[in-house]
Amino acid sequence: MLSLLVFLPVTAAVPLLHPRVPDRIARWWFVLVTASTLALAGGVWAAYDTPDPGQLDMVDRVTWVPQIGMSYHVGVDGLSLPLVVMTTAVFLACAVYALREDKRPRTQAALFLGLETTALGLFAAGDLILFFVFFDLSIVGMYLSIHGWGHGERRRSALLFFLYTFLGSLALLVGFIGLYVAAEPHTFDMVRLASSPPLEGRAAVMVLGAILLGLAVKTPTVPFHTWLPPAHTDAPTIGSVVLAAVLLKMGTYGFVRIGMPMLPDAWRAWSPILVAVGLVSVLWGALVALAQTDLKRMIAYTSVNHMGYVVLGLGAAGLAAGEQASARSTAVSGAVTQMVSHGLLTGALFMLAGVVWARGRDFTLTSYGGLAGVAPRFSVLMVIAALGSLGLPGLSGFVAELQIFIGAVAVVPIAAVGLLGILLMTAVLLTAVQQMVTGPRTTPTTGFPDLTRTEWLPVAGLLVTAIVLGLAPGPLLDVVEPAATALVDMVDR
Amino acid sequence: MTTRRDRRDRRDEVPLWVLAGLLTLLAVVTASLAVLGSSRVVLWDFVADSAVALSLTGHARLLLPTVLTVAALVLVVSTAFDETRSLRFAVLMAAFTASVTLTLLADTLPMLLLGWELMGACSWALIGFAWHDRRRVASGQTAMMVTRATDLGLYVAVAAAAAGGGVMELDRLSDLSDGWRDVALAGVVLACLGKAAQLPFSFWLARAMDGPSPVSALLHSAAMVAMGGYLMLRVEPALTSSPTLAGLTAWIGAGTAAAMGLVALAQSDLKQLLAASTAAQLGFVVLAAAVGAGAAGSAHLVAHAAVKALLFLSAGIWLHLLGTKQMAGLRGAARRWPVLGMLATAGLMSLSGLPPLSLWFTKDAILAGVLHDSPALYALGLVGVGLGAAYALKATIVLLAVPDSSPETGRAEQAAPPRRCVVALVPLALVALGAGGMALPPVLGSVPGETPPSPAPWELVLSAAVVVTTGLAVYAFSRRARASRLVPRSVHRWLRDWLGLERAVHVVVVSPLVRIAGAAAAVDDRILAQVPHRTAVGVRLAARAVGRADGILHRVVRTASAHTARHLSTAGARADRHVTAAVDATAGGARRSGRCVRRLARTGQLHHYYLQAVVGLLLVLVLLAIVALV
Repeated sequence: MLSLLVFLPVTAAVPLLHPRVPDRIARWWFVLVTASTLALAGGVWAAYDTPDPGQLDMVDRVTWVPQIGMSYHVGVDGLSLPLVVMTTAVFLACAVYALREDKRPRTQAALFLGLETTALGLFAAGDLILFFVFFDLSIVGMYLSIHGWGHGERRRSALLFFLYTFLGSLALLVGFIGLYVAAEPHTFDMVRLASSPPLEGRAAVMVLGAILLGLAVKTPTVPFHTWLPPAHTDAPTIGSVVLAAVLLKMGTYGFVRIGMPMLPDAWRAWSPILVAVGLVSVLWGALVALAQTDLKRMIAYTSVNHMGYVVLGLGAAGLAAGEQASARSTAVSGAVTQMVSHGLLTGALFMLAGVVWARGRDFTLTSYGGLAGVAPRFSVLMVIAALGSLGLPGLSGFVAELQIFIGAVAVVPIAAVGLLGILLMTAVLLTAVQQMVTGPRTTPTTGFPDLTRTEWLPVAGLLVTAIVLGLAPGPLLDVVEPAATALVDMVDR
Repeated sequence: MTTRRDRRDRRDEVPLWVLAGLLTLLAVVTASLAVLGSSRVVLWDFVADSAVALSLTGHARLLLPTVLTVAALVLVVSTAFDETRSLRFAVLMAAFTASVTLTLLADTLPMLLLGWELMGACSWALIGFAWHDRRRVASGQTAMMVTRATDLGLYVAVAAAAAGGGVMELDRLSDLSDGWRDVALAGVVLACLGKAAQLPFSFWLARAMDGPSPVSALLHSAAMVAMGGYLMLRVEPALTSSPTLAGLTAWIGAGTAAAMGLVALAQSDLKQLLAASTAAQLGFVVLAAAVGAGAAGSAHLVAHAAVKALLFLSAGIWLHLLGTKQMAGLRGAARRWPVLGMLATAGLMSLSGLPPLSLWFTKDAILAGVLHDSPALYALGLVGVGLGAAYALKATIVLLAVPDSSPETGRAEQAAPPRRCVVALVPLALVALGAGGMALPPVLGSVPGETPPSPAPWELVLSAAVVVTTGLAVYAFSRRARASRLVPRSVHRWLRDWLGLERAVHVVVVSPLVRIAGAAAAVDDRILAQVPHRTAVGVRLAARAVGRADGILHRVVRTASAHTARHLSTAGARADRHVTAAVDATAGGARRSGRCVRRLARTGQLHHYYLQAVVGLLLVLVLLAIVALV
């Protein structure tokens, strides 16, 4: 079932490659396929049983290249399942939003279906080579999306994105090879590598260093984040949504799937640095966001802030080994919740930014004002998305950030400094929303028509999910928490 | 046209009436539940080992029905104003009341944080309700930023509670391990001080007055601000385990009561006066919680809620009728509409602490708890009492003054306060006058919270004397000279400006932060983002250098191979000349050397091809780099 889920989108993309498929059919096909994928993901969620610690559930495994210990191996656990479901939801939202796309919708749908497979495949991967292949294919897919459907300096931004994250992936590959070489017998199998970590000491620290570098570029953390703002600014709307909501999570997911369980010893050694990098990302992302005058750049920097919380929580989980285990697993659970939550909320924000672009071909905040009067639906959704993004309780971001701080403050009290990030984010998002939504009316000369159905439906869908998770996080946490506890035990080995 | 307008107005009123009805019903239900005792419903799991649970217990049993009743009455009055007669207002008020209810029904820190912060967000939307006006919206932001800054204390408290034993229950915070308990309590107290507009956070309340009057009547009397006092009372038992913190909090409360009393006295705008007074009166509640006089604090909170709701609504009605909230413009307002005037005067009298009205009892009950702790604190509290009397009487004198006969009264003469408004004020006035009964010794014991010792008769007489003396003094000065002349103009301006707190925060926090953010963005753009850029330039330069080296190498190889070939062919020719006898051998030698040349030439070309491939690869990289730069 999991393999079906992973490969359904890309298989369904094949017919779209035929040039005679009409645009209208292609758009609806995109919606249909992503909806079926979401339904399948729901089925996977329903059939999921918490596996033993360190194991995966719903495993499909086929020997592929036995000579180098590589196999086709997919499976999910509490760390990946939420991301799988979130990915399918985000892609459905994108498909609905793209119903009014008139720039080569057929090829775009095919490209995004391919991207969906790379994302699902990466989150389900149980083999490092599989992980790496999907990691790099996602970079190629996003490069094509920005290059082919972007605006502004799209070529330059796409290339910067490609080179930066591709070089990062090479560092990742070096790390993977290090793990492979050290494992006895040589293997790329993630479950086996996690159950008996192959490396210790200096070598482990260096291998983890390479892996962290690759993942930090993808996440991105300060100071490797500078590809993100231009990529977002020039990407097409649904490209931005997928980039922020799904692709960034590949970095943070790599931390919990590869770094922590396979190199526990080195993870503990690196964790003070990770905590510092997380804190710096939280504060730096928020501060720089405060100074932005461009809506999309601002949202991009809020992503740096939000991903900073994830790194902070995961770093804290590696500190004070053996003590405060429950607090540290709370931090891990918060980090996973944050990945899901950021996908929903930032996805919604980028869609609303896309709406703004479609109306005015301009992301400058001061070009808009008083939209509450002309576009009430837009205004309400914008306010809710902003409140969610600034971590207001009642939305999923709060559940995530509170858990991260619970864990982080227990082991490094200084992490409370990161709370200032919450305050800064409040300033950033309220200022931006107030500029656009309130005050005297300022709209582009073409006016600012309110959201159409294909615009508000996906945004509202994402936000309602964020609210449900914010008020009743139980079902999500029930899946995440056992995996988080198991992960903290692994780090303590 | 008038009828059409009326019809539209009536239609717009409907959501407000529906909500008011609903809240009245809820008030009755919760009041009955509260009388029956504590109750708790667990709904589902929430974050950090806590549940989404509704628990009606302790102070909430008294406060929840109060808040719901005030909210319902405020909505009734809101139906009369154009400004607030809309579905959006009803929705926001409903959301706000719901979040206050959640706050009151929370019994764990995470649930409290949920209600608490939603309340802050709703207040942001309500203060900036008139969204066309950037100043009002900015006022909402100021309120939200300040309260959220202090709310971070609650985040710290949750984290500390988790680290110090995982106790999330508000009533069990004292069970935490020592160090963490103090951190958690300090966090909670910080959040309370922010919400209750205590020093040094009071200034957000001044900005909050930009909201519609009904919003002030709810948010800044019975709800929002009062919730700061409520949470203090709720954690009162744990606070006794941390004497340093309790002492500090007590001084902040008493200090706010005195300082904001002075600020209120200096105001020339009725709503600003009432706002400063709210901060001052909440100072008494904070003081009560800190000295273990919670029951008296609870009584004071309820009595104050009724008084302030009444006064803010009156101010709103006058604003509606006269178009001003400046004291100068309100001269004689209470005489012009006698029923409204009487109700408001009743509220002001109670606010002044005049015996035997509510606040006299409740304040004295609090101060009785203070005296046995610290006489100095008691004295500061008495100063607050005196100032309370002063500003309340100052406002009363203006409102009751014989109006200057001005020609423009004609317009106002035609208008009259809508009857429903006046009716809605009656219950508030009754509570405002009589709620002091709660502070009477036999009753106070049944009010939730720590019961302080009853005030000795001399204490009651002393505070009454303070009130009456101050009242007489204010009256005397009001007849002689403008009170502002009594103090240097700069001091007066400083007081009117709420101690310059907002400006100070702007200078000390906001401006530097904006500058730092700008600098950070510049560093990000000009340095961090340039690193890959520079790297690309470096790669390009390196590639060019390698390319040039390759060119040189190419030439060297070509020259060398040509040279060798020439040399070898010369050698062949020489051999030809030297060996004349054997033609075969000569031919063979020539053939051999020719083969040599060919082989060497081929070898040279292989090098050539190889280098070309390298150059090509580098060129691709260079191209990539160039495109990246463009």
